[in-house]
Parts: sequence; structure tokens; C-alpha cells
Amino acid sequence: MRDRGLSGAVLADADDVSARYPGAGVPALASLTFAVRAGERVAVLGPNGGGKTTLFRLLTGELPAAGGRLEVPAGRVAIVPQTDRSRLDYPVSALDVALMGAVSRTRWWRRPARADRALARTSLERVGLGDLARVTFGDLSGGQRQRVLVARALVQDAPLLLLDEPFSGLDAPSAERLERLLAELAGEGRGLLMATHDLEQARAADLVLCVNRVQVAFGPPAAALTREEIERTYGAALVPLDDDGPALLPPHHHDHA
Amino acid sequence: MIDWLTDPLAQRIVLRGIAELTLLGVVSGALGCWVVLAGRSYSAESLAHAMLPGLVVASLLGFSLLLGGALGLLAGALGIALVGRLPRLDGDVAVSVVITSLFGLGVLLGLAPEVPAGLSDLLFGDVLGVTDADLVLTAALAVAMTAVLALVHHSLLAVGFDRLSAPALGRSPAAFDVLLALLLALATLVAVQALGNLLVVAMLIGPAASARLLCRRIVPMMALATAIAAGASVAGLYLSYHAELAAGASVTLALVAAFVLASLIRAVVRASGTAVPVRS
Repeated sequence: MRDRGLSGAVLADADDVSARYPGAGVPALASLTFAVRAGERVAVLGPNGGGKTTLFRLLTGELPAAGGRLEVPAGRVAIVPQTDRSRLDYPVSALDVALMGAVSRTRWWRRPARADRALARTSLERVGLGDLARVTFGDLSGGQRQRVLVARALVQDAPLLLLDEPFSGLDAPSAERLERLLAELAGEGRGLLMATHDLEQARAADLVLCVNRVQVAFGPPAAALTREEIERTYGAALVPLDDDGPALLPPHHHDHA
Repeated sequence: MIDWLTDPLAQRIVLRGIAELTLLGVVSGALGCWVVLAGRSYSAESLAHAMLPGLVVASLLGFSLLLGGALGLLAGALGIALVGRLPRLDGDVAVSVVITSLFGLGVLLGLAPEVPAGLSDLLFGDVLGVTDADLVLTAALAVAMTAVLALVHHSLLAVGFDRLSAPALGRSPAAFDVLLALLLALATLVAVQALGNLLVVAMLIGPAASARLLCRRIVPMMALATAIAAGASVAGLYLSYHAELAAGASVTLALVAAFVLASLIRAVVRASGTAVPVRS
């Protein structure tokens, strides 16, 4: 998969990009230089407040780059948010949520087309939820909700997917199922950018982008996940479990901005 | 028994009141659901209160309450924007400060002996004093509101569900907020004549809040909210007629009763273990 990924078309290309929020003195994120190609899975590793959300805002175009050059396909980037932050009290079915991906192609005042409804159904089938299409979103399990949100990205037909900690809170079977789905999506040439706290997940990706207000590292896991880079990413000393084994990260909380 | 039912309907003013409130019910059924789902009930209440000085000044100077209310809203919006810029004041505090100040100012002005309508009419409305012109205006509002909300339905649904991802779908959460605020201001402006400054919120929010307890999809929720608004309006006006209570207050009482009933139904359905149906 790595080989195909590296030969794929460039989906996002950043050259010394920085981001700054209105009124803020210092950039929220600086020195971003990376590329995501079709078929690649890129893990975005960083502490809370390290700029992962800012990176996503840059890529969707919500936040314009304050410096540097950033090329992303306009309107073709989908966000798959953390499901435990999505609204469980909202009166919508799984199908309604999948169909929301279609608003990216329509004007404010237009209804989704019949073809979009059909696409929403087939997208739910693709993520293995065809028979739960009419169930209320909030009644689904965490893993099922995560897949509904992936289906929404499929309806949006985005070549680049930004996933915010997609595995957080999932039990092992749900995580495996999502893992297979994401591998399939990468296999068909989509680029996946996954924010994560989990070093093991980062190691499993094709590429790793480490950010902590600046880009710390970008490259294959073996190069980007050295002890030194991880310490620079998290700004804290690591506690080695054994001489050359995996390291333990300092505890973190999950309510980052 | 028949007389009990037909007597109120023989009164033209009661019929007009029912028509006015049912039309407002259509508005609140559609708009109120978005306001409740977006968690904007507090803004709705604030908007209504911000109008009071404008209404009082309008009745003092003898020009249209509609215009007065609009100017009051404008003053409230400007005030909130300005006070919100003060450092160390968060949004809700700014709203509270401005709204209570404006409301107090309104009451102070309203107690002036020169105010012809009387403060209580401005605070509690005059459902039974609705004119044909008012009815036409409310009908126009109901049609316009339903049309606008039907057109932007899918966009509102997508933004309301997931504000953070909305920009990736080409939708601006800020535009969502502005549209909702504008529609809310418009609805409050029209409804305030019949329901008054204090009770208008009950009509805009109550039916949607009740329907939310019982519905799993938004369109049925809107339909139920409209039905609750209309039903409570009729029940309230009957109560008012037979018990000789103030009309607006009786309608509000009926709306509150509907909410209590909805809560009970939800509790019973939950306790019976079937939950509110998962599939629909």
C-alpha cells in the first residue's frame, strides 16, 4: 500500500504554511511542510492544543493560511469528527446524517437530489450499516456512529478525509472494523489524515506528521517517531518501559480545544 | 355541554384570537424547533425583552408597535454587540446586562401615566384585541417563515448537527446563527402584539420543547409542535372564556400543561421499557 500511496496524486500540499487566529499575536501553527497523496494514511500526532484542530481548519479552508503555500482541493475535504462529541440528542436517522454529505454539492436552498439519497444508502451499506439506516443516530453504538460519519464523508465524495481520533472510545471489534474500512478507503485512492494520541496507531500509518505549535517531524514512522521527535512533540521526557522498547507518554486529557 | 363548546365560538374576538394563535403556532412549530435544537431559547427570551422600551416609546408617541418593537430590537442588538466588546465579560453576561437594563427602562417608561395602551397590554399582550390587519400580517409571516425554513431545511439540519464540520461541507455556522436570529426577531416582532413581551417566549419555545420530548425526527417534531401550539391556543382561550381569566395567561398555562403532559408521556414510555421507538 505504501508504494501505491507514494506514486499517487498529491491531494494536499503544504509548503512552510503557518496559521494564525484573528487577534492572536503568535501563530497557532507554523512551519508546516508536508504532502498527502492518494492512498496514503497519515497520522497526525500531537498534544492537546498542539494544533491538530487548527491543521484541520486550514485544510478545510475555514482558516486561511497566514503564510506559506497550501494547496488542497476546494470543497473536497471531509471531516470525520469524534463521535463522542457529536450530538446524540439530535432528531436524525443514520440515513439523514449520511445524506448531510450531499449539502456540499448543493446551494443553501436546494434539497438533496434523488441520486444523493441513493448514494447515502449505498454509502451506509459500504460501511456495513445498510440495515440500520433508519435508526436514530444517537441510538447507535460509538463504532456505528463513527462509521455513519465516514459514510457522510463518502456521500460528500471527498478524496481527502480528516479523521479526528477515529478510534477513541471504540471497543476492539469496532476498532478492527473501522480499521478495515479505512484500509479499504485508502486502497481506493483516498488520502486519510488521522489525528491521534496513540503511538501504536501512528506507527501503523504510512506517514506521521508530528505537530506541537510547529511541525516537529514529517515522514515514515521509523523516521518521524524517534525518541527525540516524540519528546519534542509532547514537550516532556519519556519514561522508558525497557531499554529499547516502546515509551510511555505523559498522561493527557481529552478535552483539547 | 354543546353550549359550553359553541358559546366562545360565537364571539368574533375569540375566533380571531384562535386564528391568530394558530397562525403563530405554525411559526413556532417550524422556527421553535430550530431554536430549541440550537439551544437558543435564552436568546429568544432576551430578544423579546429587549423590545419593551421600543414598544413603550411607540405607544407613548403613538406610532406603530411593530416599528417600535423593531427599533427596540435594534437597540438591544447594538447594546449586546457593544457591551460584548468589553474585556472580561462573556457573551451571556453581556446579553443579561443589556436585556435587563432595557427591560427595566421599558417598565420605567411604561409606568408613565401618558402611556395609553397600559404596561400590562405590552407585557402580556392582547390576544382578543387582534385586528384583521394583524391576522393578515401573521398569516404572511407564517407563509414566509414556512417557505424559508423549507428551502434551507437540509442546510440547517447539517449545520445544527455538526457545527465544527459545517465549513468542510461549504456551510457557515455564522450564517446559520444570523439567519436564525433574524427569523426569531421577525417572529417575535409579529407575535408580541398578541402575546405580549413576557408570554411570546412561551409560544415560540414551549411547543417545540414539548414536541422534542416525544419525537425522533425533526419534521414530525415540527408537525407535533404546531399541533400542540394550536391545541393549547384553543384550550387556553376556552379556559379564558369560561373561567374569566386573562387570555394570554390562559394560553401560556395550556402550553405549560402540554409540556408537563409530554414529560409524563415520555417518562411512562421510558418506564415501560419500550423506549421511544428506535425505528421510525
